[in-house]
Amino acid sequence: MSIDRETVLHIAKLARIALTDDEIELFRSQLSDILGHFDVLDGIDTDGIEPTAQILPLENVFAPDVSRPSLPQAEVLKLAPLTDDGYLRVRAVLE
Amino acid sequence: MPELTSLTAHAAAALLRAREVSSRELTEAALERIGAVDGRVHAFLTVTAENALAQADAADQRRAAGEDGELLGVPVALKDVLITDGVRTTCGSKMLEHFVAPYRGTVVGKLFDAGAVMVGKTNMDEFAMGSSTENSAYGATHNPWDLQRVPGGSSGGSAAAVAAGEAVYALGSDTGGSIRQPAALCGVVGMKPTYGRVSRFGLVAFASSLDQIGPFTRDVRDTALVLNAICGHDACDATSAPVAVPDFTAQLEAGVRGLRIGVPKEYLPPDLDAGVRGCVDDALAALEAQGAHIERDVPLPSTGAALAVYYIIAPSEASANLARYDGVKYGFAYQEGAGMWDNMEKTRGMGFGAEVKRRIMLGTYALSSGYYDAYYLKAQKVRTVIRREFDAAFAQYDALVAPVTPTPAFKIGEKADDPYAMYLNDVFTLPVNIAGLPGISVPCGFVAAGASELPVGLQIIGKPFDEGTVLRVARAYEQTADWSSRTPPL
Repeated sequence: MSIDRETVLHIAKLARIALTDDEIELFRSQLSDILGHFDVLDGIDTDGIEPTAQILPLENVFAPDVSRPSLPQAEVLKLAPLTDDGYLRVRAVLE
Repeated sequence: MPELTSLTAHAAAALLRAREVSSRELTEAALERIGAVDGRVHAFLTVTAENALAQADAADQRRAAGEDGELLGVPVALKDVLITDGVRTTCGSKMLEHFVAPYRGTVVGKLFDAGAVMVGKTNMDEFAMGSSTENSAYGATHNPWDLQRVPGGSSGGSAAAVAAGEAVYALGSDTGGSIRQPAALCGVVGMKPTYGRVSRFGLVAFASSLDQIGPFTRDVRDTALVLNAICGHDACDATSAPVAVPDFTAQLEAGVRGLRIGVPKEYLPPDLDAGVRGCVDDALAALEAQGAHIERDVPLPSTGAALAVYYIIAPSEASANLARYDGVKYGFAYQEGAGMWDNMEKTRGMGFGAEVKRRIMLGTYALSSGYYDAYYLKAQKVRTVIRREFDAAFAQYDALVAPVTPTPAFKIGEKADDPYAMYLNDVFTLPVNIAGLPGISVPCGFVAAGASELPVGLQIIGKPFDEGTVLRVARAYEQTADWSSRTPPL
């Protein structure tokens, strides 16, 4: 399994990670190597086998519908780089 | 009076109970030890001396008021992936260098309520991704047994802190071996409980279907005592199991007579390090001499596929979990870009280290359109196959015993440029996470490497929620040897 530079750039775009030119080539080579080792899975017969997402026999875990205090807004907003009147602020999505 | 920095928690508790030592004295001894050796070991990212002494005084007052507890006043180190209110939690990443959470994780709260004294937060591979602690943005931790070598990872700081006498016990997290592997390489006991046994609320998420918190200790009794303190259902973690928590010390001294112990064939491959093989063989002979029925060549045929399953599922889950680091809500933020998306991409490009980026990319690829079925779905199906093989083995055996790692500690830098070679360190530990089973690493000897003696770990794997049997086997083995009396030549 070998992936090309365009594929690395496509993945980086999906993952929202800016890569340097050196990183693009490094990850192209390393990800190709790692993906090559995944061929071992082809040798395992999984016809009719259900996938496992997690191992506990739990589904639809409900919590009681009771209100309780959230973290204080001011404490949480203190962690953000930019805020505005109680909101998180970001640069315009479309400029 | 024994050396205060080499005590087990239960020995420390006995001295505290007898008023032969105070929590303040124990805590000062740990802090002095950190001051004396951590410049060389670098187990800690943050030392919280002032908070620790305040917690120690509070613990001494609680004891003076008649309260008792196995962990009351005993110094602990916490992996820097556990959320502590008022003390920064970096996850070994530049992304969270100044992050101080406004809340406390469930397990941290349980320990503090039990009177634990936190001496600091320990070094780790960034976001718990790695097997050597070299991926920390703050520099590698050094193995106390040989400072040129890695302590393992990702919880290498916690393992090294306990081995070096800087804390009586520690907590780490284990997604593919990140407690058991460093415990083996540093010569301490380390346990990953059953998935769902311990609340993950306040554990910074890496791979949510695999992550589990667990202890590093100097003996198996301490492991049981720490599990007693941290296990249990938590409404804040929907994947924490609503099952009763037993007293994990109850079966501890029951011995192994009559227990059926299987040794998986695939965990003793021909290319296994000869020193590791020798230590494991000796340990099996010791268990047999104690009356266990040992059966070798137990088949777990899909073991060879577990590494691929893990390195598809864990990065896939990580790629989703780490989407939260966007430079908007908290953490490092690049703000000089051309717009919102440019800022976000540069925040993540600059804030994450190479291994984290590599795994996010790998996971994003495995989940992307056109590859999902071939990688992610296929890996989830093979995950079922691996679980069923363990189920079949546990229909016949009470526990499985194997090496923890293919080799003892390797040299710093030796595998840093070859991600796949690094991944192979976890080949015997990650199947246990895939199947959600409890597993422990207990010291089982030393191998010589040049002038150094390097510890080797024995892995004991149990049925889901049967930590009791795992601890019982580990304790029975531990008593046949005296490895924990050795201390590193620091």
